[in-house]
Amino acid sequence: MAVDRAEVKVGAMNLLEVNNLGKSFHGLHAVNGVSFSVAADSIVGLIGPNGAGKTTLFNLIAGALAPDSGSIAFAGTRVDGLRPDQMCVRGIGRTFQIVKPFAGLSVLDNVVVGALQRAPNVITARLCAEGILAKLGLESKRHLPAAALTLPDRKRLEVARALATKPKLLLLDEVMAGLRPTECDDFAATLRDLNRRDGVTILLIEHVMRTVMALADHVIVLHHGEIIGHGTPAEIVRQPNVVASYLGASDQS
Amino acid sequence: MPVDLVSLTNVVISGVLTGLVYGLMALGLSVIFGVARVVNFAHGEIMTLAMYAAVILFSVYELNPFLAVLPIAATFFALGYGLQRLIVNPFVTRPDHAQFILLLAIAIILTNAQLMLFGPDARSVRLDSLLESIELGPLLIDRGKLYAALVAVGTAAALFAFFRFTRGGTAIRACADNWLGAKVVGLNVHQLYAVAFGLGTVCVAVAGCMMILLIDLTPAIGPGYTLLAFVIVIVGGLGSMNGALLGGILIGVSEALAGLFIVPSAKSMFSFALLILVLLVRPRGLFGGDR
Amino acid sequence: MNRRASFLLALLAVTLISLPAFANNYFLSLATFFLLFAYTGQAWNIMMGFAGQLSLGHALYLGVGAYTAGALYFHYGLSPWIGVWLAIVACIALGAFMGALAFRCDISGVYFTLLTIAFAEFARIGFDHFAWVGGSAGLFLKVAQQNHIDWLNLRGPPAMYYYVVLILAALAFAASAWLLRQRPGFYWQAIRENEEAARSLGIDSFRWKIFAVITSAAMTAVAGVFLAFYYNNLFPEQIFSINRSVEMILGPVIGGLGTLFGPLVGAALMIVATEGATELVDALGWNIPGVKQLIYGVILFAVIVYLPHGVWPSIARKLKLER
Repeated sequence: MAVDRAEVKVGAMNLLEVNNLGKSFHGLHAVNGVSFSVAADSIVGLIGPNGAGKTTLFNLIAGALAPDSGSIAFAGTRVDGLRPDQMCVRGIGRTFQIVKPFAGLSVLDNVVVGALQRAPNVITARLCAEGILAKLGLESKRHLPAAALTLPDRKRLEVARALATKPKLLLLDEVMAGLRPTECDDFAATLRDLNRRDGVTILLIEHVMRTVMALADHVIVLHHGEIIGHGTPAEIVRQPNVVASYLGASDQS
Repeated sequence: MPVDLVSLTNVVISGVLTGLVYGLMALGLSVIFGVARVVNFAHGEIMTLAMYAAVILFSVYELNPFLAVLPIAATFFALGYGLQRLIVNPFVTRPDHAQFILLLAIAIILTNAQLMLFGPDARSVRLDSLLESIELGPLLIDRGKLYAALVAVGTAAALFAFFRFTRGGTAIRACADNWLGAKVVGLNVHQLYAVAFGLGTVCVAVAGCMMILLIDLTPAIGPGYTLLAFVIVIVGGLGSMNGALLGGILIGVSEALAGLFIVPSAKSMFSFALLILVLLVRPRGLFGGDR
Repeated sequence: MNRRASFLLALLAVTLISLPAFANNYFLSLATFFLLFAYTGQAWNIMMGFAGQLSLGHALYLGVGAYTAGALYFHYGLSPWIGVWLAIVACIALGAFMGALAFRCDISGVYFTLLTIAFAEFARIGFDHFAWVGGSAGLFLKVAQQNHIDWLNLRGPPAMYYYVVLILAALAFAASAWLLRQRPGFYWQAIRENEEAARSLGIDSFRWKIFAVITSAAMTAVAGVFLAFYYNNLFPEQIFSINRSVEMILGPVIGGLGTLFGPLVGAALMIVATEGATELVDALGWNIPGVKQLIYGVILFAVIVYLPHGVWPSIARKLKLER
């Protein structure tokens, strides 16, 4: 059960520090003694079989759930126990595994809601939103109702909306699910741009391994709520327990 | 106002008996709301409809409510089943507020249709055989209330037995607990929801047949009883059938006592205060499980 | 809004402003009720259509507003222009209280609606026993000369009341239109569509929901004050009644939840339908109680089953009034 800290490169300031985080439901440990750090400007992948506790971990970091034990520090200050809206104010943005668009609003208005977090009025918010939509390739659809979008576009919208809040750390929950390989690669390129050019640190949950391998500087492997391995993408594919529990197993549900 | 023990006991007994009839009415809502997942704002109006049916059967065919309850219950089962199957069912996939408004519209239509058909004058059914109270030592028990309460308990027992011991009942409970799972196992969920609604309506109809012996009927009393049913179901605990009956008794007794100690017309304030308290402090009610 | 819509709106404005010149007292009172329904509908719409919280107890604010200004006028001769501010404060406090209680304790959906009903019912019975405001026997404000306009005490001919409520409705309309396009409108709609997502974008949904409740409560309070001085009498059974609460939601629900013109269109439809039916019944020489309410019910039923987004969006599309 002893877990060593999944640290990232020396010299980089740790934007996110999770220490011995624990959360259980009805006696079942969803997250158990999880500790890791995410350095600023990096892309970290979080992988593991279904039910490993990845989304629960996201919910804890984003403030949607309060941890039973442990601590979360963001940009040097403790944030565990804060509400989701407070987390966003501090600079943590997130998407949801099952997308939650504001169906009755237009694509543009969806992003404006996000942009209003930092913009002083609707006019500046709208300008910011249009810029973000362009970055994500949605500007031609900006007046469509969000409900009319295809799934890949909804995922893009979800990211756009979270981006509009100008987060320092972006939590992406399975944004590649349901996309074709070319769409995946395009989206991954967009995310890499966001990271390199706009300095957005990204922590992403992914099952699509090609994306994780291509994007992530560092990968953390979760299983039954505990970290069973970490390292660069090249390193973890060689770790035996990771292969056994996740990568190699052919009949994981 | 000095109150002696005998009067107090009489009032409490009266409250318990009336409360059991309230409880049956609330039991109907518990099944409809808890099992078929319908927010039945028309609950009280369905009851008044049953009460009018009992009045008509009594005045036209001289059928007293204890006998009329059987054909009325059967008719109302069909009514409830039909209502759910044909009208309410499509609203399962729509947002919550759409369903409320639907039932609200039905409640408005029922209340005013009853007003148009039967007029605003008060009706009641008073049986000579029930005039004499039962004496139990120093205590005085209203015969009508006692018989009504017995019918209520009997009906509730039959419903409990149905849910506990029959395949149909088990299937309905399965549906309520796990809609998707029930479908996967091959249960006809829509059918079962409709049956549940029908059973709930039967409870309301029987409660109505008993209520007509206890109170005066006008088309306007429906909404008050809808609210009362919701108060009882929430106080007693959603999804708990025992809770509905016990909640009914609690409300019946507290209203009787409030009527004795405070101004009688203010007695429903107590029920509303209790509702507000329960909603805020313990929303799953006194006997409810996890929602 | 496109040119067609602007033109129709201007036409409507002109008609409404000039109405007292060619309408008799009966039509004027009808129009007054139309505008009052449109106004309270707009106020209710902010809570439901914008923020997604279904209240069936809005009569609470109507009554508290009415009684606050009415009782102060009755006992102390306080002008309604001052009384209205006290009424607003009282209703804001009440709304904030109920909202805070409900949202802190995570009460939503049907439970929230039941809470609103319970509060209104509690007030109804409470005021029945409140001797200082007349209890169940009612509160009667002095009825002064009909044709002489007393602005200070809001007494005058029907036309005066008409213009007061016309201005109220116009202000409500303008305020809603403005709010919809500002931060509150965006945040409320976000909360309505998906509260969890809204929170993840930095929206403190608790604060904003309370803001919706108190805005709605304050606006409704003003309607209450108007009613007190229009009717000149108040009875708890009438002003706090659940029927009133239901009446208030009919306009927006039938016209179109969350839309700007919905409450207007809905209110118009309701009044035309019910007055028409009442006329018909009278003309046939029948005396049927409950016709008006039955029609409310039938229209509500038809709309919720066949036109769930309300009548207005379909009309707007057909007449090509939207973008």
